[in-house]
Amino acid sequence: MRRIYLDHAATTAVSAEVLKTMKPYFRKHFGNPSEPHQWGRESKVAIEQAREKAAVFLGAKTSEILFTSGATEAINLAHKGLVEVSYKEDSDKIPHIITSSIEHKAVIETCKHLERLKLAKITYLPVDKNGLVKTNDIKKVVKPETLLVSVMYVNNEMGAIQPIKEISKLIKKINLARFNSHLPPIYFHTDATQAIQYLDCRVAELGVDLLSLSGHKFYAPKGVGLLYFKKGISLIRQQDGGEQENHLRAGTENIPYIVGLGKALELITEDRQQTLRKINNLKEKLISGVLKIPEVKLVGGTEKKAPHIVSFLVKGVEGEAMMLLLSEKGIAASSGSACTSGLLEPSHVLLAMGYRPEEAHGSLRFSLGKDNTKEEIDDVIEALPRIIEKLRKMAPKL
Amino acid sequence: MKINQFYSKKVLEHLRYPRNMGEIKNPDGVATVGNPVCGDIMRLYIKIEKKKGKEYIKDVKFQTLGCGAAIATSSIITTMVKDKPLSEAEKITNQAIAEALGGLPPVKMHCSLLAAKALQKAIANYRQKTKK
Repeated sequence: MRRIYLDHAATTAVSAEVLKTMKPYFRKHFGNPSEPHQWGRESKVAIEQAREKAAVFLGAKTSEILFTSGATEAINLAHKGLVEVSYKEDSDKIPHIITSSIEHKAVIETCKHLERLKLAKITYLPVDKNGLVKTNDIKKVVKPETLLVSVMYVNNEMGAIQPIKEISKLIKKINLARFNSHLPPIYFHTDATQAIQYLDCRVAELGVDLLSLSGHKFYAPKGVGLLYFKKGISLIRQQDGGEQENHLRAGTENIPYIVGLGKALELITEDRQQTLRKINNLKEKLISGVLKIPEVKLVGGTEKKAPHIVSFLVKGVEGEAMMLLLSEKGIAASSGSACTSGLLEPSHVLLAMGYRPEEAHGSLRFSLGKDNTKEEIDDVIEALPRIIEKLRKMAPKL
Repeated sequence: MKINQFYSKKVLEHLRYPRNMGEIKNPDGVATVGNPVCGDIMRLYIKIEKKKGKEYIKDVKFQTLGCGAAIATSSIITTMVKDKPLSEAEKITNQAIAEALGGLPPVKMHCSLLAAKALQKAIANYRQKTKK
């Protein structure tokens, strides 16, 4: 059976080129980079070359790149690490974090953790009907204790591109005023996981102080990611042990995966324009095809959207059932319906955008990748209406 | 290790080929149950026949809006009760429904509860009608 993979926002396959680059580091160059012998040195050189590639990609210094097991770990380290430093500097002050209501669980749950332990106060910014944070809302909730603003670059469920540059400009302005009143600066973190492949992620352009990413969303393996943190920012490490990663992340480095991450970032720079053009065309085709089905709507319009994520709400059908029947037809998609969550709650992102729970139940997300073809999109456009029709016929009339 | 967060083959088969799906015109009993938490809505229709003073479920049909488990549980319950004496059918538990499907992921057990409830309510609806 043909297999059409349209769930790239969940994960991607390791590309052949990335895998080839990784291979020597499993058996040939396996040394521990903390050891001074030549085996160790080979590994150390490999890590530093990967770090160089990451630095080039982000327009950062190599000393500002810290490899982790993925974006989740990077996010935990950024948020918890900054909060701990804040206590070290002023143990009486409970730091305040501003984030959005549509962040990935990695950010939301980290914030909730800090909130539960009363280590931080959190403000969750609302979004408009297009799923966008309003920069001005930040101005309204900033307090003297505000330590961090954390807003994702691209939302993973519906692709809205958040106004990162605008937010960083505002924070710089606020920080200038804070400097004059002897308040510490507010840091700005972005979870850029879904943006890496297609958008400008140079940190100076974005104006961010910290940035997290995960390799497996762009053809590097699962289990590797990084945190960019601007020179001058102190963090307290969350994983104690050896001195790896400049004392900020203990544990023997995952050399082959770090090498793979570096290679995948390098490949993005080479292929971006070409991939972007192709994916934009496929996405337009998919949207116009799917919207021909009656009572289907696009989540949050077409403006300010990442090229690879497209999310629909299908009336009178439950998302998981659609997903399963698509899967039977060899098509991988995703859904933010309650039944797929494991928690039986509809997507917090769709609810934050103002959709009602009964609408959110009909959520269906497709996310494109570099290897998708026009023919595959044609197949989806042919299969989906039948599946929706079948499920609608099954539903009771209310 | 048992991977029990995924559906059994039987669940997927019932989702693909639902049994006794549709509507019964002039049913002897009908019930609609819903679970606002998950957003599932099930409707069950039954037609009763009396043979030698005993009541049998002659026909049964379902309509469901919901996830894979909601559809599969409502589909399988129809096969479990069709042509069965009413007294036997009303004893079907949600565990029996889940077992008949080769098990359900723990988080989906409430769907089997919903299916059992739909049947009980459809029978209650029939009893209420015949009382009059």
